[in-house]
Amino acid sequence: MRSSDFGFRVAVGAFAAALLLIVVAIAVTLVNDSTLSIQKFGLRFWGTSNWDPVAGEFGALPFIWGTLYSSVLALLIATPVALGIAVFISELCPNALRAPLIFLTELLAAIPSIVYGLWGIFVLVPAVRTVETAMPESLRALPLFSGPPLGVGMFAAALILAVMVVPFTSAIAREVLRTVPPSQREGAFALGATRFEAIRAAMFYARTGIIGAVMLGFGRALGETMAVTMVIGNNPQVSLSLFAPQYTMAAVLANEFTEAADALYLAALIEIGLVLFVITLFVNMLSRGLIWSMARQASPRRSVLVPRGAEA
Amino acid sequence: MNKIVMCYLAVALTAAIAAGCGGSSEPVTANSSSGAGTSQALQINGAGATFPYPIYSKWFSEYNTLHPNIRVNYQSIGSGGGIQQVVNQTVFFGATDGPMTEDQLKAAGGRILHFPTVLGAVVPVYNIAGVTGELKFTGPVLADIFLGKIKKWDDPAIAKLNPGVTLPATDVTVVHRSDGSGTTYIFVDYLSKVSPQFKSQVGVSTSVKWPTGVGGKGNEGVSGLVTQTPGSIGYVELIYALQNTISFGSVQNAAGEFVKGSVDAVTKAAAAAAPNMPADFRVSITNAQGAGAYPISSFTWLLLYEDPKDKAAGKAMVDFMRWALTDGQKYASDLGYAPLPASVVMLEQAALDQIKVS
Repeated sequence: MRSSDFGFRVAVGAFAAALLLIVVAIAVTLVNDSTLSIQKFGLRFWGTSNWDPVAGEFGALPFIWGTLYSSVLALLIATPVALGIAVFISELCPNALRAPLIFLTELLAAIPSIVYGLWGIFVLVPAVRTVETAMPESLRALPLFSGPPLGVGMFAAALILAVMVVPFTSAIAREVLRTVPPSQREGAFALGATRFEAIRAAMFYARTGIIGAVMLGFGRALGETMAVTMVIGNNPQVSLSLFAPQYTMAAVLANEFTEAADALYLAALIEIGLVLFVITLFVNMLSRGLIWSMARQASPRRSVLVPRGAEA
Repeated sequence: MNKIVMCYLAVALTAAIAAGCGGSSEPVTANSSSGAGTSQALQINGAGATFPYPIYSKWFSEYNTLHPNIRVNYQSIGSGGGIQQVVNQTVFFGATDGPMTEDQLKAAGGRILHFPTVLGAVVPVYNIAGVTGELKFTGPVLADIFLGKIKKWDDPAIAKLNPGVTLPATDVTVVHRSDGSGTTYIFVDYLSKVSPQFKSQVGVSTSVKWPTGVGGKGNEGVSGLVTQTPGSIGYVELIYALQNTISFGSVQNAAGEFVKGSVDAVTKAAAAAAPNMPADFRVSITNAQGAGAYPISSFTWLLLYEDPKDKAAGKAMVDFMRWALTDGQKYASDLGYAPLPASVVMLEQAALDQIKVS
């Protein structure tokens, strides 16, 4: 092996190892700094709803619930839209429109989240309130829509998250669809497939990559802070209602960290960070497992191509 | 085979770099370059409350033009962070909107002194359909609203205070701060004084467990939610309400008068507290006695060590404080803060003598 080659391998290997070290360092710091809270509350921290800085009682359940609920809702709204955009751009779009459309979706991703938040407060929240007030009483009786029409709450948060997630999911899904070999579509057409059926075949071919794109969006939704805290209502409660004000882990960190002077309070907030870290890790592992099992189910020759980076 | 060796090498290399960084890290630069002469620039670092940041940065820049060799760098990271950093001595001075607790004082490496710098106040803001005039509140009524016990705007308790105002039978939506804040501290400190139930159920802190309502981030978040939500009530800093011309209600003080928040009424609250001022200035002046005093007022404090390690910086800070308490006070009103009453300034001048600067 040539010496320049050797040096290169050591250098890039060191960068890869640094990545691992950073993750480990974050985990160690989080556990270390939340020891006080871990010792005091144990597993109760994950399952109780009382968050009272004055009494020194901390339970993370409403924040865990709010984070997962808002992210899942955002995913349900964003995924069809994002995939629609991706399919349109990669399969159906006239050439002249393609570049502007790609530019616009990428522009959405570049908007700072505080701007999304302000837009949420002044445009989205009043619109949501109008919908809530216009809803017939019979529907309002359902647990899904209960509570006063405030505008701020879970639904506004899920909507804003969905808008923020769409550019990421659609950009990766688009790239994944581009990697589908033309022979796949040609084959489908040769068998007499319609346009829709050919696209369906291409999407099936690229399904692991598409799931990767969706999971990336989920990861982004889990960690989004600023825009969510501005529209979710910041009330730590576990509620099914879309219109109830709720809270997320990232939002409570952003809100309360600066003024937390008490040692136990600070430790509890850092443990929230740890919980978020663990949940993100778990979600990533789950998506990995999903992609892996799908790839295995596919032909033994592993014909499904997953672009690197899209599966994380 | 070779690959494995490479991987090990890479890990070892990274570890070595990491260890090297840890071992050779320089001690954090001192807070000030303790110069022999006054000609040398002196940099003093402080951190803490966000509420007084506008006046502090005005003071530090004005003081710097008067004394070009002294530069104060103030980071508005929040009262909690300020207390923590001054206790850990990573900054020379701290600033807080709520006085330090006994536990926090004990955790510090030396005796920390509190110095009130200016005053702020919190006012109730509301948005009720059909109500344009100014509403009157008492402490207990405000406490019951924020406890969720008063649920409708036409509740007899509110109606009794506001004869002649037609209150609608709509739901009350409580809006509070979601972020930890000195504004919340002042507001719940007041509510806890006037309502035993509020004290036992909610208590006093920069973040509390609100029994009801929605949280907005910052003054702008709260006022944004209030202006948009019919039937809502929230609380914001007096400065914020004045600067954004948001109308707000008056609150009954301990003397029984309904007082509207204003710079004057806040200074009166501080003057009323002056005769009984504790030596360490850690005093809450909410629900102050005295005519014309606005009841939801508070000092904001600067935190200094009694025996600072860096004497040059200590001397400079004491000089600065003497200037801020006298000449500096004239900048307060323009920025919406209430200046300190003369009686409190006198007490503080004496307290500044305690700081050992040589």
